[in-house]
Amino acid sequence: MTERLSSAAHLYITSVWMTVALYMDFLYAPRELTMGEVQRIFYVHFSLAVTALFGYLLIFLGGVAYLWKRSRAADDFSHACAEVGFVYCCGVLLTGPLWARPVWGIWWTWDARLTSTFILWLLYIAYLMLRAYVTSPGRVEILASVVGIIGFVDAIVDYMAIRWWRTQHPQPVIMGGAGSGLEPRMWLTVMVTWGAFLCLFAYLVRARMALAEARRELRALKRELAM
Amino acid sequence: MRIIWTILVKDLRIEWRSRETLPSMCVFGLLVVFLFNFAFETAREETLRLLPGLLWVAFAFAGVLGFNRSFAAERENGCLEGLALAPIDPSTIFLGKMLANLVFLGVAEAVVIFAASLWYNFSFFPALAWLAAILFFGSLGYAALGTIFGAVAAHTHMREVMLPVLQFPVAFWILILAIDATADALRGAPRVEIAGGVYRVAGVSLIFVVAGFLLFEYVLEE
Repeated sequence: MTERLSSAAHLYITSVWMTVALYMDFLYAPRELTMGEVQRIFYVHFSLAVTALFGYLLIFLGGVAYLWKRSRAADDFSHACAEVGFVYCCGVLLTGPLWARPVWGIWWTWDARLTSTFILWLLYIAYLMLRAYVTSPGRVEILASVVGIIGFVDAIVDYMAIRWWRTQHPQPVIMGGAGSGLEPRMWLTVMVTWGAFLCLFAYLVRARMALAEARRELRALKRELAM
Repeated sequence: MRIIWTILVKDLRIEWRSRETLPSMCVFGLLVVFLFNFAFETAREETLRLLPGLLWVAFAFAGVLGFNRSFAAERENGCLEGLALAPIDPSTIFLGKMLANLVFLGVAEAVVIFAASLWYNFSFFPALAWLAAILFFGSLGYAALGTIFGAVAAHTHMREVMLPVLQFPVAFWILILAIDATADALRGAPRVEIAGGVYRVAGVSLIFVVAGFLLFEYVLEE
């Protein structure tokens, strides 16, 4: 990955893409009829939400890869995805209420989708807390992989169970965008913004993995010096 | 099969001799019910609405208390290493420990339900068969998660905090579906509805039993 795309180039592409996305969110995308300007937060909110969910899938894949091959990179990858994904998930929970307040008149409701996002957030916390608290040396990778896998299974159960629960609940307009009848320019904006956030996600994960590697090297050097 | 039985009997015998885990679970469950009673001052007609949630919250807390002990006891004298070194399939250890946890949780649940029935003047008899099914499947999944997370948390400091942080978000759906099913059973909903609720609880619980069964060997390995 490093050979194909240097870190600096990746950062450059991310910044340009993000700028384009911002331009499209605020100027290119047409004004929504009923919700007005506040609807523009949707582009960011949606991109963060989908990427946060995607992030837990990556933790799961990294966990499976670690248990199977015991490659340190797989665990670093999971850890990086967890940290970045957690930030994204926080972003979802922050942008959501900002949008809900003017549109629904309330900051928060225990609607199906909000509940499952909140559980996803708790799963991220559980994963990161576990990594911080494991005392037995050399165990953290295995235990984190196990918790990451169960957490992802729970995320799937989540999306399954949410349909059984409160099915009579009216579906909110949260996903008003992704349904039919979305204006073509809005569609394009959604896709470009989502791409920008994915690109940023990938960049941050890379940087975090490089940091983990550097830390390990530093520790090895220190040990050498001590001897 | 014999190994599962041996581990189960071992845990039950330890408990019988020390009498630590089970009484604390029961007392804790009773305290939750007791506190809820005064926190909400339920009147007769509200009981039906509050009771399912109250019961499962009590079970959830009592369960976490028990699961914490389950592996803490194994760790204290290096028993966990002994189990891990024994020439047996780690998955059988999981099933044995899970069944022991299930038995403890089941006893605590019976005590809590008896007390709730007394204190809230509520008869569980009309729905007893359904209730037993819901309790069994809900507790099964909850105990499965508690067993694997208990083993994970045993390797952390502050494991009393770590276990609930791991357990509650994942067990959320078992609890919610079980509460829904319990509410249906207690208010005498149509058969089909209750049965649907039981199937859901059973389905979600079995997913976690299988997940724990498959992943436990990694938690145990050195």
